Amino acid sequence: MANVKLRGIRKSYGKTEVIKGVDIDIKDGEFVVFVGPSGCGKSTLLRMIAGLEDITDGTLEIDGTRVNDLEPSKRGIAMVFQTYAIFPHMTVRENVAFGLTINKMKKAEKDAKVDDAARILQMEHLMDRRPSELSGGQRQRVAIGRAIVRDPKVFLFDEPLSNLDAALRMDMRMEIGKLHQDLGASMIYVTHDQVEAMTLADKIVVLKDGLVMQAGAPMELYHEPANLFVAGFLGAPSMNFLKVTVDEIGGDWVQVSSDALASVKVPNKGRAFTFGQTATLGIRPQYLTAAPDGQGMLNGKVILTERLGSETVVNLAVADGTTLIAAIAEDAVLVPGDDMAWTFDPAVAHAFPEVS
Amino acid sequence: MAAINQDNRGLRLIVRYAVLTLIAIIFIFPVLFMVMSSFKPNLQLLRDTSSLRAFLPVGDISLDNYYDAFRRAPIGLFVFNSVLVTGVTVLLSLFFCSLAAFSFVYLNWKGRDLALTIIIATLIIPFETIAIPLLLFVSKLPWIGLEGIEIGWLDSYHVQIIPWIADGLTVFLFVQYFKDLPGELIEACRVEGASWWQIYVKVVMPLSGPVIATAAILKFLVMYNQYLWPLIVVQQETYRPVLVGLQYFFQLNITWGEIMAYLTIVTIPVLAIYLVLQRAFIASIASTGVKG
Ligand SMILES: Nc1ncnc2c1ncn2[C@@H]1O[C@H](COP(=O)(O)OP(=O)(O)O)[C@@H](O)[C@H]1O
Ligand SMILES: [Mg+2]
Repeated sequence: MANVKLRGIRKSYGKTEVIKGVDIDIKDGEFVVFVGPSGCGKSTLLRMIAGLEDITDGTLEIDGTRVNDLEPSKRGIAMVFQTYAIFPHMTVRENVAFGLTINKMKKAEKDAKVDDAARILQMEHLMDRRPSELSGGQRQRVAIGRAIVRDPKVFLFDEPLSNLDAALRMDMRMEIGKLHQDLGASMIYVTHDQVEAMTLADKIVVLKDGLVMQAGAPMELYHEPANLFVAGFLGAPSMNFLKVTVDEIGGDWVQVSSDALASVKVPNKGRAFTFGQTATLGIRPQYLTAAPDGQGMLNGKVILTERLGSETVVNLAVADGTTLIAAIAEDAVLVPGDDMAWTFDPAVAHAFPEVS
Repeated sequence: MAAINQDNRGLRLIVRYAVLTLIAIIFIFPVLFMVMSSFKPNLQLLRDTSSLRAFLPVGDISLDNYYDAFRRAPIGLFVFNSVLVTGVTVLLSLFFCSLAAFSFVYLNWKGRDLALTIIIATLIIPFETIAIPLLLFVSKLPWIGLEGIEIGWLDSYHVQIIPWIADGLTVFLFVQYFKDLPGELIEACRVEGASWWQIYVKVVMPLSGPVIATAAILKFLVMYNQYLWPLIVVQQETYRPVLVGLQYFFQLNITWGEIMAYLTIVTIPVLAIYLVLQRAFIASIASTGVKG
């Protein structure tokens, strides 16, 4: 177990800079998820921590020691790859034991560790099989087993679930969460899936174009997104954005309105607005509800409803041509074509000076 | 609709098999001719060449040619020499060329790409152009033998082996194959703490069965069919390989039956190797697209 510290980390391939100065702190035993759209540099960052890519600039510390120039195997990390990277010509037991065999551990000690890992991952019955005789989920377990036996200070996962089907993905996600609870080790987990990030993380680091957009606890990012990108990236269905005009600016609030929206006063958390500028108002679908008569803040015409069981997702067309999404109670009955009044609690709406 | 499709497919299958059979026949008949002729006396052999009888075991069939061939030349020694030189060269070549390819694919060093380009460029140089310079070169090289240091490699096994160990084609085959192995496997090894040597021995080579088989067969054929090089560097019978040994049968009364018997005998090791490696060989051609 250990803490990991990234300071001013940069990475260039030739002239293209793909990581543009990243600072991250990972505490002992913390589960940190790097999340962001494909190509934002998550894997590159993880591979620099692993030692598989050179660090162009900046400092990487594990447990207080600078490890920029250490071999991957000397950093006290273990990695689980997207393609599992287990050896097809070895049995499951040989795969799990690989690192220990390489490092000439005594057989009795090695067997004990491997059996331990097999028990934790419930794959004792698979130990003599070859990878070709395993399902995707089982291969994933082997890869995790190989990481566990080495007692790493930090576990690194690069999109470990992306090759699994949806049902299995949920199971494995819970197992990885449980593994973290049981082992208490620091884990860094890369994914482009915000659901995985929200469910697993103690701390989420949202990345975009090689920069950290925001880092913090999942609910903190969900309720207090620092910018439009984070607001739109986390949460499902994703946050609604309305283009609005700033009518009035107060100490900790702004008043905005648009063709589609009646004038509304929403909280402002220290962002700089200018009078009359075009800004963005963000409203989560869960907070958009059908309004009692005469109290609507905006009119929306029902285009489409999708029943998901636990809730119903409604697509609405509003006056300025934007499509909004409302997530409402499962038993609500709406008819496509209905023009209805909608409302939301201004206290949970977000105003951003940027326009997407 | 479905019926027409099925007919079409059947027809296509028939045509395909007909073509394949024809090709197989074209390749098999010379071998058949060789084997059948080896059992026939000279006169009949020559007469039979004008008809299909050339491919059939008919007429005066006997093993006489084989007795005569063995009496005329030390066939056992020649086959032994060829198998020894070929076997050792194939093994050393697989080892050194795969190591070279490993460093080209997995290690980063200055001048790597240029070095690989040069090695692959050597593929277009015909051996005949370097035979004489190479002869002058090896005739001056020192060798530690049983009687201490000697100068010159001529008349030995090693002069037939060492110049053939490194070769561009084998390096190229391994480079192509290694590039297609999943990179994350190698990275997993590095994270687990394996040295480059361990990665080579425990992971890369065990996964390289198909390319090893291909490279081995191609190298085997080149080595077993050596003629020009041993002809100029080996004077003594002791080190002579099979094809140079063929000369014995073109001196004095030439008997085609004996020649066919000799060739049949020296073909056996080739067939044996091919039968052992053919499945891996075919799998490899199918996967790498390399034609033999
Ligand atoms: N070896 C490389 N050479 C050049 N560019 C690379 C290399 N690896 C990654 N990149 C670039 O770096 C960026 C980030 O890649 P990556 O970290 O794999 O993204 P992510 O994992 O977030 O999808 C991408 O734009 C990618 O094209
Ligand atoms: Mg990635």
